[in-house]
Amino acid sequence: MKILVCISKTPDTTAKIAFTDNNTKFSEEGVQHIINPYDEWYALVRAVELKEKDASTIIHLINVGDPSNDAIIRKALAIGGDEAIRVNTTAGDDYYVASQIAEIAKEGQYDLILTGKETIDYNGASVGGMIAEFLQMPFISFATKFDLEGTTATVTREIEGGAEVNEVSLPVVVSCQQGVAEQRIPNMRGIMGARTKPLKVVEPKDVAALTEIQSFDLPAPKQGVKLFAPEQAEDLVKALRDEAKVI
Amino acid sequence: MSVLVFIDQHDGHIKKSSFEAASYASKIAEQTGTQAEGILIGKTNDDPASLGKYGLKKVYVAGDDKYSQFDDGVYTGIIAEAAAQSGANVIVFSNNFNGKAIAPRLSVRLKAGLVTGAVALPDTSNGFVVKKSVFSGKAFANVSVKTDTRVITLNGNAYGVNETEGSAEVVTISPSTAESKVKVKEVNVLKGEVPLSEAEIVVSGGRGLKGPENWNLVTDLAAALGAATACSRPVSDSGWRPHHEHVGQTGLAIAPNLYIAIGISGAIQHLAGVNRSKVIVVINKDPEAPFFKAADYGIVGDAFEVVPKITEAVKKLKG
Repeated sequence: MKILVCISKTPDTTAKIAFTDNNTKFSEEGVQHIINPYDEWYALVRAVELKEKDASTIIHLINVGDPSNDAIIRKALAIGGDEAIRVNTTAGDDYYVASQIAEIAKEGQYDLILTGKETIDYNGASVGGMIAEFLQMPFISFATKFDLEGTTATVTREIEGGAEVNEVSLPVVVSCQQGVAEQRIPNMRGIMGARTKPLKVVEPKDVAALTEIQSFDLPAPKQGVKLFAPEQAEDLVKALRDEAKVI
Repeated sequence: MSVLVFIDQHDGHIKKSSFEAASYASKIAEQTGTQAEGILIGKTNDDPASLGKYGLKKVYVAGDDKYSQFDDGVYTGIIAEAAAQSGANVIVFSNNFNGKAIAPRLSVRLKAGLVTGAVALPDTSNGFVVKKSVFSGKAFANVSVKTDTRVITLNGNAYGVNETEGSAEVVTISPSTAESKVKVKEVNVLKGEVPLSEAEIVVSGGRGLKGPENWNLVTDLAAALGAATACSRPVSDSGWRPHHEHVGQTGLAIAPNLYIAIGISGAIQHLAGVNRSKVIVVINKDPEAPFFKAADYGIVGDAFEVVPKITEAVKKLKG
């Protein structure tokens, strides 16, 4: 079985969110980058678990980005995966990224394509569904559980106020979130091994992005908290009713 | 030309988020001089004509029961057909689980630029620019859509519901869809309860409650307010509460009118899931809890003393 895991680079969850160039660019100053947590903790680790059950499984990682992404790709390879492919470009919109991944996936004939539920920077949550459409594969989004029996996958996906259990034949694209796997920390053997794993760099195909970010805004700062003493509980409730008008 | 909105259902009833999406679509139609229409898929217990109250002139209904089970591939096909019939150049979804599953596929199928998580009406004064939430609610991006057809998913509680008089024309359609590749084996939804993502008031508890045996503090206040309940990550990780109640970066992101956090310190990962709430109330015994910085109202005090008092006050005021 061949699995393709899509890996994205994002700012650290605690990074300061600021913009430069007249609010048109994310400020990289002092920002640490990480593997998008949903890609790492759930999509990648689930793929690794599947390989542990069936050693013949081949895992490829794919990233769309420039050479500065190689560090997080190596880190992902330290967790698992046999080789990585980087499409050498500065990432455009989700449509652009998904087209690049679909192109590679077509050649690779993967049985399973895993993504995180969304990236924590642009919160698009779209690349998985787009890849599925490009490849005419079924897509299960926001998976909280993924099991495989032969070529049949049983996937639980989250829905409003509940869950839905789906059964689908491979190949399939699945976007993963909490529940699919347990986060892992790479061990020394993984880190050493990652250095020699192949990282193929391929040039992008010519695709036009359909959208473009023009500028960013920061939300208006909070007015500051209005504090009540513990014995003023009733005053708080009155403020919620009469001032904030939310109850 | 038209603005088409996908009408989503929960347990056979139209979701509140669809009333918001319909109101939003109607406003875009008004802004661009076209009309708003809806597409409803699967069996429904509601009257599709009633969507006229939210400004829809026409609702396409693919009501065959075989469509009642969700499949993003099949739904995409039906919506694409409805979009062609309607002549839609803007297609609106709620930014919820089903919306997020269908919209990307439809975007590729129609080669229409997609903006997910929109928080405001598009600016059509110069092109088509949609403001969306990014960095888990910590910023907004203004996204220019360069295609003639656009797909938008609207964040919950970002636009509101405009309800007036009106009745929509109902058009039954029998789409020529592909066979479903996904078999739905089981659907487990809370019956008769408002899903957390749709709730207007949410009462949430954290580690400060010390154990599941104290959860009645949360549920009593929630019951008094008619609210849904939620929890922080440590609480769902320790199994006090089910995972689907976990709000935060790795859990559900919500945007209620009122979010009451009890015994939650307000780590940045938790805030990422709740910072779009309109009003935040924090009850915590630690005055240094970071959550107070993101709160509108707060009480520094012991939850075990304060919360029952709040519950009593709510009951008293609501009579």
